[in-house]
Amino acid sequence: MRLSEHKYNSISAITGQLVFVENLIEAKIGEMAVIISPDKRYIEAEILEINNNTALLQVYGSTQGLDIKHTKVILQDSLKEIPLSREMLGRKFNGSFNPIDDLPMFFSGNWRQITGYPINPSARANPSEFIETGVSAIDGMNTLVKGQKLPIFSCAGLPSKELVTLILRNVRLSKNEKEFAVIFTALGITHNEYSYYIKALEKMQADYMAIINFADDPVMERLLAPRIALSAAEYLAFEENMDVLTIITDMSNYCEALREISTAREELQGRRGYPGYMYSDLAFLYERAGRIQNIEGSLTLLPVLTMPEDDITHPIPDLTGYITEGQIVLSREMHSNDIFPPIDVLPCLSRLMQKGIGEGQTRKEHRQISNRLYRHYAQGREHRKLEAIVGRDGMSEKDRLYLDFAFTFEKEFINQGMNSRGIDQTLDLALELMNRFNLD
Amino acid sequence: MKGSIVKICGPTVHTDLQGLRLYERVTVKKLTGEVVRLHSKGAVIQVYEDTRGLGIGDEVESLDIPLSVTLGPGMLSSIYDGLQRPLETLQEKTGPFIKTVDVTEVFEIFKFDKPFEFIPNKNIGDTITKGEILGKIKEGNFYHYIYSSKDIDSKIKSIITENITQDTSLITFENGETIKAYQSWPVRIPRPFKKKISTYEPLITGQRNIDFLFSLAKGGTAIIPGGFGTGKTILEQSIAKFADVDIVIYVGCGERGNEMAELLEEFRELKDQKTNKPLLERTVLVVNTSNMPVAAREASIFTAVTIAEYYRDNGYDVLLLADSISRWAEALREISTSLEEMPGEEGYPTYLVSRLAAYTERAGVTDCINGLSGSLTMILSVSPPGGDFTEPVTQALLRNTGVFLMLDTGLAHRRHFPAINWFQSYSLYQENLDDFFCEHFSNNWKTIRNRCREILKKEETLREVAEIVGISGMQDSDRLLLQTAEKIRTKFLAQNAYSEDAYSHPNETIKIIENILNEHEKILEKLTQGLSLNEAFKEKRANDLKTEKAGENKDETK
Repeated sequence: MRLSEHKYNSISAITGQLVFVENLIEAKIGEMAVIISPDKRYIEAEILEINNNTALLQVYGSTQGLDIKHTKVILQDSLKEIPLSREMLGRKFNGSFNPIDDLPMFFSGNWRQITGYPINPSARANPSEFIETGVSAIDGMNTLVKGQKLPIFSCAGLPSKELVTLILRNVRLSKNEKEFAVIFTALGITHNEYSYYIKALEKMQADYMAIINFADDPVMERLLAPRIALSAAEYLAFEENMDVLTIITDMSNYCEALREISTAREELQGRRGYPGYMYSDLAFLYERAGRIQNIEGSLTLLPVLTMPEDDITHPIPDLTGYITEGQIVLSREMHSNDIFPPIDVLPCLSRLMQKGIGEGQTRKEHRQISNRLYRHYAQGREHRKLEAIVGRDGMSEKDRLYLDFAFTFEKEFINQGMNSRGIDQTLDLALELMNRFNLD
Repeated sequence: MKGSIVKICGPTVHTDLQGLRLYERVTVKKLTGEVVRLHSKGAVIQVYEDTRGLGIGDEVESLDIPLSVTLGPGMLSSIYDGLQRPLETLQEKTGPFIKTVDVTEVFEIFKFDKPFEFIPNKNIGDTITKGEILGKIKEGNFYHYIYSSKDIDSKIKSIITENITQDTSLITFENGETIKAYQSWPVRIPRPFKKKISTYEPLITGQRNIDFLFSLAKGGTAIIPGGFGTGKTILEQSIAKFADVDIVIYVGCGERGNEMAELLEEFRELKDQKTNKPLLERTVLVVNTSNMPVAAREASIFTAVTIAEYYRDNGYDVLLLADSISRWAEALREISTSLEEMPGEEGYPTYLVSRLAAYTERAGVTDCINGLSGSLTMILSVSPPGGDFTEPVTQALLRNTGVFLMLDTGLAHRRHFPAINWFQSYSLYQENLDDFFCEHFSNNWKTIRNRCREILKKEETLREVAEIVGISGMQDSDRLLLQTAEKIRTKFLAQNAYSEDAYSHPNETIKIIENILNEHEKILEKLTQGLSLNEAFKEKRANDLKTEKAGENKDETK
């Protein structure tokens, strides 16, 4: 503890979101600071790097109007922390955790570091409880379980917003005796999208908290918002024993913010200009999902990201896919065929599905149904390529049956509009489809 | 020796402390670190924990020992972090989340729930020579052999056989020298051995793809590169479960925490086929998940290989599985960047290649100093960005490893698992292992494999033709070949890790492929006799029915 306030007016340089302060007596990595601009604005900042008595500060907020001569910096002697309480539920905050719903900030004695701590792997419990999203392509074929992190890979212009809404409308846990909450995090969204999402959240049955960073809000807050959201989620899940679903949209904006800051720091660039540590950085967010032994609550994470140029090998989806437990991939082709949700199940995967399905969770033959659907549909899609070359007439009757199956599967099973389907409805539909075509 | 911090940059810290040695262990305000660079005014330290909260002027202290692990009985079924701290003990100290612990706190690295007992070969008054086995300690199904790594010119004064702890001196000599149950070894230095030997014995994995097409030798190295969702982890875990070895060391290097939870749970339940005891009792887990400190991730694979070498020195066949080496390379890159080193390809430091080469060279079959011989086999998974195999880590490993198992995204999307691409993958051990397979499992092993390869190769060209003229426009023999190839792919190469089929003994492996190929030859013969493909199949089905019925009749008459 420092006994007196450490206030400096020894700024030596300002570039973008970065401020260099000289002649420091004492400073710690990660320490928070307040910058007071000449027009008396208070802006938060964090120490990123220290070299002798010079520190590099990253500013959370607009640096416009700062100058070298009059701007002051006060070091706070603490790491970035936020207060946490159940009272967060039902509230809306910005990326610095200030309320934006015209209500006063709540009080709490519970302060936590926003970066959190890694869960000890030996303390983790194996996620194994089914979550019903109401989407056939997810519930039936890429099942989500409590404590999983499952991203949605979207493309520009595809209805990821509507898919999230569809999930929010239905999402409940099969054994619904526990409290359930949604933490909705929006990074760099437009005001239009905001009102769309808020409408969906308000219609929901469960409690929610929203952290909103608008497209015109400071870029730095885009890096803070998911950390705040996950700290809140961890608190509710592991201290208040709730089942928490965290939705973060859009992670591509997060990665772009990361690149922007990294470039300003003149760091060495990795692929496509993204910093080399992006994998670790994303992992620090995504890995906060999970379950812990002897704790009832769970933290499930559903990040949404946009694949630049529809390219799944782009660093953003690529690194995400390496960390998360599967992915739900939207396809432009499905979308142009008027299928909603436009999920292409072939590149989709849920690594934890195995644990969440079967007797006692969904249905005994669930795995088998899903495998058969996959096999037939993949076959049908293969034949579609052949059809393009030799034409439908040149194909055998059996092959044509596969073609028809793939078509009907997309039209009737994947395509469900904005109607939620229960897991029984999904599985019955799958069985009915396979009986109709009798491909085995 | 004490000094203080002058600069902090990510996971590295600069100090003004002089007189340090390279790769020496230091404490930085109670955190563990390792010296990675020296200069005239001080040193640069790589810190193995979260550096947040460190400040200028904080104390740096020399410990005068290199980064090392402690080796001895009680490691099996443990789960360690990258610095060999037991995660279960850490959990008792800091709860379900990992928080920084004081480095001076003593950790019980070993499990002493069952007391160990020393069974000496020697008596009081005896003399010993270098490398001679002086006795053993039993841990589960395994023995730890106690020997001296140097000559001691004295007589044994006393021997302790019970209540062994981490500091027990088992044998004390008259001149005061002692031999301990536990030894410390620096992780970056390979453990010594008498010589490396080239024997050719396969490591049976129970995976048909590997055993039959791309066999792995004991003491060999294999890499499994694949994009996300291609099943690297599942394949590694299947191998960890079924591989015909004594000890498995599994390193989760920068991967998912939930996977480790799953592995722990499964390994507690599953039984080792050889001993019928839980798999965990032959396993040591070294875990540094993607959200644990980056520098410790860099150290984790060295911690693991040193533990593996220790069991090898006790005369066991050891398998080291690392998932994934790319995450290690990224950690190396991150540290290199914070040291402001000149970057090589894709930002990786230029010493990436030599570091990897030195690492994979720690595998092998060796005659150990104590006269025993053991083997250390490595299987390393690689996560190439964007599934692009031209990236530096894959390319560096390709130069030094013996088996390349390329995982194919296309196959994975079609749900063909393990998604090993049968054209691109290869094994350099094949030639030398064929004799073993022919001798132990089937004389035809080599010929059948070549025939199988031939059919798969032919299929590829035929598919191209089929796409132009359509299947119906092809010759009967070609259509037959396509059907057989499909059978090989779906019934032989695909192997479901979640079913009974997860393990396939070589006897079974050869039987399945032999049956598929025999049927192919039979029908091919019919075709040359002038029958059409449909007729040939019909006739075969009729024959099968007949033999089936004959079999049933026989049963009835019994």
